[in-house]
Amino acid sequence: MIREEEPQELHPMDWWLRSERLPHIWCAGCGIGPTLYAWTRALDRVGIDKKKVVYVSGIGCCGRGSGYLDVDGFHTTHGRAIPFAVGIKLVKPELCVSVISGDGDLFSIGGNHFIHAARRNVDLLVICTNNFIYGMTGGQLAATTPQRDYSTTTPYGNTEPAFNTPYLADASGAVYVARWTSIHVRLLERSIAEALGMKGFRYIEVLSPCPVNYGRRNRLREVDDIAKWFWEFSVVKHEADTKEVQIERGKPLILGNFVKKEKKLSCYEELKELEERVRAAAEAKK
Amino acid sequence: MRASGKVLLTQRVKISRGEIHSIDERCKQCRLCIELCPKEVLQESEKVNEKGYHPPEAVEEPEKGKSCVACGLCEVICPEYAIWVEEKKENASTEGDQRERRF
Repeated sequence: MIREEEPQELHPMDWWLRSERLPHIWCAGCGIGPTLYAWTRALDRVGIDKKKVVYVSGIGCCGRGSGYLDVDGFHTTHGRAIPFAVGIKLVKPELCVSVISGDGDLFSIGGNHFIHAARRNVDLLVICTNNFIYGMTGGQLAATTPQRDYSTTTPYGNTEPAFNTPYLADASGAVYVARWTSIHVRLLERSIAEALGMKGFRYIEVLSPCPVNYGRRNRLREVDDIAKWFWEFSVVKHEADTKEVQIERGKPLILGNFVKKEKKLSCYEELKELEERVRAAAEAKK
Repeated sequence: MRASGKVLLTQRVKISRGEIHSIDERCKQCRLCIELCPKEVLQESEKVNEKGYHPPEAVEEPEKGKSCVACGLCEVICPEYAIWVEEKKENASTEGDQRERRF
C-alpha cells in the first residue's frame, strides 16, 4: 500500500505493475508472483511493445493477475480464458496474447477449450500455474492432484491418477511444450522468451507452491519445504518424452523444454491458402 | 588441482557487491528470500509493517563471508515484488556475478 506522505522507492518491476493495487491477495509464498515476474522479464527480453501485450486470465487465484499488471487484461468467465484469447487473436492478429491461468481453470472446466485450441494451433501462449489443488475454494481434489496425495475431499488419499498436462498438450498438437517450477525463475524466463519468439499454440506448465491448501495437507507446510522439494527433487531433461513426465509421489519431477516443432497456423496460413485456391478455381471457371 | 584453481579464481575474479532495497509494506513474511539467500545475508527484522509482518533486512558480516554478491535471487523469487538488488558499480564483475547464480 502506498501512502502519500512517504516517497516510495520503485521496484524494477513496477513499470509493469499497477503498484497502487499491491500488496496482492495471493498467500505468502505463492508461485503466481514469480511466474508473472518471469513472464514480464521475458517480454522485456524479447522486446515486445507493452501496448501490444494482452493478458487473459480465467477464474481462480491466477485470475486476479490481470488486474495487477499494467497491460491490457481480460478477466474472463470460469474456464473460458482460451476462447476469449482466441477471439482477441482472430480480430487483432498483431497482438501478443498470453493466457496465464490455473490448472483448475485450464484443465478441469476448460479442458475442452484447451485441447481444441491446441488442435487448431491458434497462435497463443498458454501458461498454466499448476499448484496440484483447487486452492482458492479450500483445497478440494483437482484433476492435477498426484495419486495418493491428500486434499479436503480425499482425507485418506487420492485414488485417481493425475493429468499429465505436457503429454495432453503434446498429443493435442501444441508446438512448444515445457515444464518449470516457480523456483526456477531464470530458466522459466528463458523458456517463456523462447516461446514468445515462436508462432503457434505454445504451452508452459509452471509448478507452483500452494503452502496453505496443498502443502498443509501433504507434509509441506512451510514455503521453503516446497521450495526444497522443487529444487532438490527436480531433474532437468530437455526433449524428454512427454509420456514419461507424469508427476507421481516418490519420483523426481522432470522439468525442461520437451517439445519444439513448427506447424502451420490453421486460422491464418491454411485459411489464406484455401482462399487463394478457391479464388483461383473461381477465376478458372470464368 | 581444485584448490589451486580456487586460488587462481579468487585472484582473477572480482566478486560483485549488491545493495538490497525493499518495500516493507508489501512483505508477507513468506521467508523465501531468507531461506534461499546463498550468502545468508537476509534475516527477519524487528520492524512490523502495516499488516503485522516482519519484513527482511540485510545484515552483512564480511568477515564470515556473509555479504551480498548481487545474485538477484531474492528479487526473482519474491512473490510480492517487495525486494530488489542494485549492483554497486565500482566492484562490478560479470564473471563473479554468474558464479553465484544457483537457480
